[in-house]
Amino acid sequence: MTRRVTAVTGLALLFALIVADFIGSPPNPYQQPAIVALGSGAASSGGFCGALPE
Amino acid sequence: MSTTVVEDKVGHPFLQRSALVAAALILVLAVAILAGVRYGLMLMIGLGFGLALEGLRFGFAGPWRAMILRREPSGILAQLLAIGIVSVVAIPLIEMSGGELIGAQAPVGWAMIGGAFVFGMAMQVVMGCGSGTLVNAGSGNPVGLLALPFFAIGSFAGAFHLFAWTELGALPVIRFTGWSGAVITLVALAGVAVCFLRQAAPENRTISRRYVIAAVIIAVLALLNLVVAGQPWGVVYGLGVWAAKGATAVGVDLSGSAFWAAPESLERVQSSLLTDYTSLTNIGIMTGAFLVASWRAGGLSQKLPRLPLRAWLATIVAGFLLGYSSRLAFGCNVGAYFSGISTGSLHGWVWFVAAFAGSIQGVRLRPLLGLEARS
Repeated sequence: MTRRVTAVTGLALLFALIVADFIGSPPNPYQQPAIVALGSGAASSGGFCGALPE
Repeated sequence: MSTTVVEDKVGHPFLQRSALVAAALILVLAVAILAGVRYGLMLMIGLGFGLALEGLRFGFAGPWRAMILRREPSGILAQLLAIGIVSVVAIPLIEMSGGELIGAQAPVGWAMIGGAFVFGMAMQVVMGCGSGTLVNAGSGNPVGLLALPFFAIGSFAGAFHLFAWTELGALPVIRFTGWSGAVITLVALAGVAVCFLRQAAPENRTISRRYVIAAVIIAVLALLNLVVAGQPWGVVYGLGVWAAKGATAVGVDLSGSAFWAAPESLERVQSSLLTDYTSLTNIGIMTGAFLVASWRAGGLSQKLPRLPLRAWLATIVAGFLLGYSSRLAFGCNVGAYFSGISTGSLHGWVWFVAAFAGSIQGVRLRPLLGLEARS
């Protein structure tokens, strides 16, 4: 057995996660933010490793 | 691990490589159409990280190991170079952005220091940090592939308990801001580089050309990450969200956790992964590493290693600890060390010291756990 098996397995699991999530929580492209945060006029938002929720 | 290469029985390389590039571009386009252009860009940036990390063999755990065992500082110097490039742009830019951009800022505390120490130890056991585990999993390393889901579960669990740990005591967030912050950071990075060079074996006091190229590419991608997403490059938060989504799918009640029950966290768990910045770059890193491994002659034809049972058990435990400890430490080598220092947070520096001390212990543990031949 080679790394091909584990690499393909890893990718398959990753894309299964994405597809399952897409079905359960479909994104809404009509609510998309500005293309780039810098210059958007909007405060940064989104989860990050260092941030503690209020 | 075994590096035996068997004959690669695949189709014509040109067709195979064209198909790989086309698939990656279709993926980015699909995310841009289905979720939004910014999210497509974030996936593209993540792919860039994956291509650079695997293609140029730029990592975090390996260079630390090289310094600890062989006094070879080249990889660490490249990390410091990349952090320096980002910091000189990012620290002043964040101050001028009026809140459009945020840094990786977190408080220094007891749990944070302990978490970083454990993370450093665990990352040497599996030879993969936050980004490294994704790269390893994407390129077919079975240790990385096994560690990754436990990393995600650990990240979820660490966040679940995070407030209990922060009550052990922490300083306020201390940041170096503006141009003065950038200068302080550059001087400190230079000081650390000098320390490593003085510790290095005389014949190793260099930085390889490959590492310099990698450092510049990683720095540019990290800056793009900051400018596009409004927040720095991170890994661990996204993995925690993946596990949180899985936990809610099987009926776990998140209301028992002050972290996951907070409105911001709930919104992330209930929203699409394709709108979560760290998830998108994580997906990109793993996919990019797969592309490089598929592209590289013999990249996926290496035989899998034969490891004892205790090595696989150690991988599971270390994977969980990687996730749990990095949430306590407010990030991994990417979110705390790389992004923390390069956006002016003191916790990035403290993380570096604690995780390096943990790595020294982890290097000793690895052969004992059956993950390599004992020397």
